[in-house]
Amino acid sequence: MTTDTIQAAPPRNRVQGNRKQGNRKQARRNTLIGWTFILPNFLGFLAFTLIPVLAAFALAFMEWTSFSAPKWVGLANFERMLGSDSFWVALRNTLLYALGHVPLTLALALILAMLLNRKLKGIGYFRVAIFFPYITSLVAVAVVWNMLFSPDSGPINQFLQFVGVANPPGWTSSSDWAMPAVILTSVWRDMGYYMILYLAGLQAIPTELYEAAEVDGASAWQRFWNVTLPSLRPTTFFVVVMLTVSSFKVFDLIVVMTNGGPGRSTTVLSQLIYQEGIGEGKFGYSSAISLVLFLIVLTVTVLQFKLQQRRER
Amino acid sequence: MTNLTEDLRAEVALGGTPGGTAGHERGLAERRSPRARKERTVNVVIYAVLVVLVAALLVPFLWMLSSSLKENNQVFTVPIQWIPEEFLWSNYSDIWTRIPMMGYLQNSLYLSVIITFLQVLTGSLAAYGFSKIRFPGRDVLFLGYIATIAVPWQAYMVPQYIMMQQLGLTNSFNALILLQAFGAFGVFLMRQYYMTIPDELCEAARIDGLSEYGIWARVILPLSKPALASLGLLTFVNTWNDYMGPFIYLTSNRLWTVQLGLRSFVGQFDAEFAMIMTGSVISVVPILIIFLIGQRYFIQGIATSGMKG
Repeated sequence: MTTDTIQAAPPRNRVQGNRKQGNRKQARRNTLIGWTFILPNFLGFLAFTLIPVLAAFALAFMEWTSFSAPKWVGLANFERMLGSDSFWVALRNTLLYALGHVPLTLALALILAMLLNRKLKGIGYFRVAIFFPYITSLVAVAVVWNMLFSPDSGPINQFLQFVGVANPPGWTSSSDWAMPAVILTSVWRDMGYYMILYLAGLQAIPTELYEAAEVDGASAWQRFWNVTLPSLRPTTFFVVVMLTVSSFKVFDLIVVMTNGGPGRSTTVLSQLIYQEGIGEGKFGYSSAISLVLFLIVLTVTVLQFKLQQRRER
Repeated sequence: MTNLTEDLRAEVALGGTPGGTAGHERGLAERRSPRARKERTVNVVIYAVLVVLVAALLVPFLWMLSSSLKENNQVFTVPIQWIPEEFLWSNYSDIWTRIPMMGYLQNSLYLSVIITFLQVLTGSLAAYGFSKIRFPGRDVLFLGYIATIAVPWQAYMVPQYIMMQQLGLTNSFNALILLQAFGAFGVFLMRQYYMTIPDELCEAARIDGLSEYGIWARVILPLSKPALASLGLLTFVNTWNDYMGPFIYLTSNRLWTVQLGLRSFVGQFDAEFAMIMTGSVISVVPILIIFLIGQRYFIQGIATSGMKG
């Protein structure tokens, strides 16, 4: 009898039992294998990105310099920051930079994309040429533009005099014009990249929309305003977020081109963090400024996401 | 560093669009020849506009190149001399003895190659774990990666610096390699690409008896060549062009990269305009070559879709 039952009924049970056990074993094996794939990257990521990120949050509430041991001080760093003139100057300069950089880059990228979005022989070469400044080394870009902006006989001021500007600006040697000079350089450098994003957006617009508009007798301008722009809204949203965030993070271009000068006229937040934290070893205080930079970037992103959602509704 | 995802997304988005309409349009144009003629004149005008525009945008490069072949006192002449009276090729031979340019280039190359290799290797391995193997805690872990991408690196450069100081790694290449080779971005990018590869392929390979490592090496890697190329090229170019990393960590001259060397040359000899431009050209040429070879991976699909359609 026992042999019968073993032969008749249990096989199913045994299989099920095995499968359950097998599943558990399989799951454990999967976890192990999964971790072996992730580990080489994760160890480096954990040690050199994740921990520093978390540390930055904690440091903002500590007093710690290269000469003293870390000590918990609550909001003292933030109080000091809000009372510091150089913080407000850096914040103002960063905002000014964003105000110039975002709209100019956006407009030029869109115009370039509209111009280059056609099926012509060799159009690819034009796109590549316009994209190239974006991946050119920043030092070379900054050095060349600094010379182009040279106040006395630099090519830009020679051109301005040629078209009738009697007193062209001093650009990077004048505290009023250094920021515009930096903005112009960065717009030139970045617009090719955002043009590529816009090109992708333009090519995703169904041609039927334009055909229908043409049948309805819409002019080129009307087609742009009523078909192109609304269809590009998701791209524009993405471009605005990326541009704004990158504007608040501006760092190397300013360090190489003006190093924050003349005076403090182009000092930005990232640079202040560097000067206070690494330059002067005020680890805690500089982390408080870092936290502000992070919060600004986060707020901008969240705000723009919310706006986009409301518009879509 | 988020550029690449977009390029790839663009490629995916564009995948279906080219072709079709172009042939249709051509057929129509042939039938209505006045319209075709009008189209041709429009095209000529557009070409002219584009040539002028691109030339204007590339003026900084032209000026850089022409100045690099001049005497110092001829760089800022009034009016501007676009083509040097006499080509001073000696600038290009003198710079190697003026500053240790060869050493700078070697340092840049060393850092770029090692960081790119590690980033691509560990990134694609981790991406496989995050996209093709199911295990508890996986998605939470990935969220950790995503979250740090949103934090500007300037916000945690000070803790990183303290850490490197404690480890005694400041003023060494190792600091930069450790900080840049395990970026979250590479994992994110590769994972996005792996998600588009159907799981059935891995499933089939599993039934054929391949191990997970085998599937990664023999199925997924060959399929993800475009993404690997994009990540590799972008990491290489980013490392080559990086200024802030070497600026913070590399203090002794013998460790300097091209970017640091060039910047310090400008600071020391700010009246040697021509030689500065020569150095700038030399620092850009490697990037130009890499870009021209791999540009389709940089601007995935976008440059080609319009032309081949």
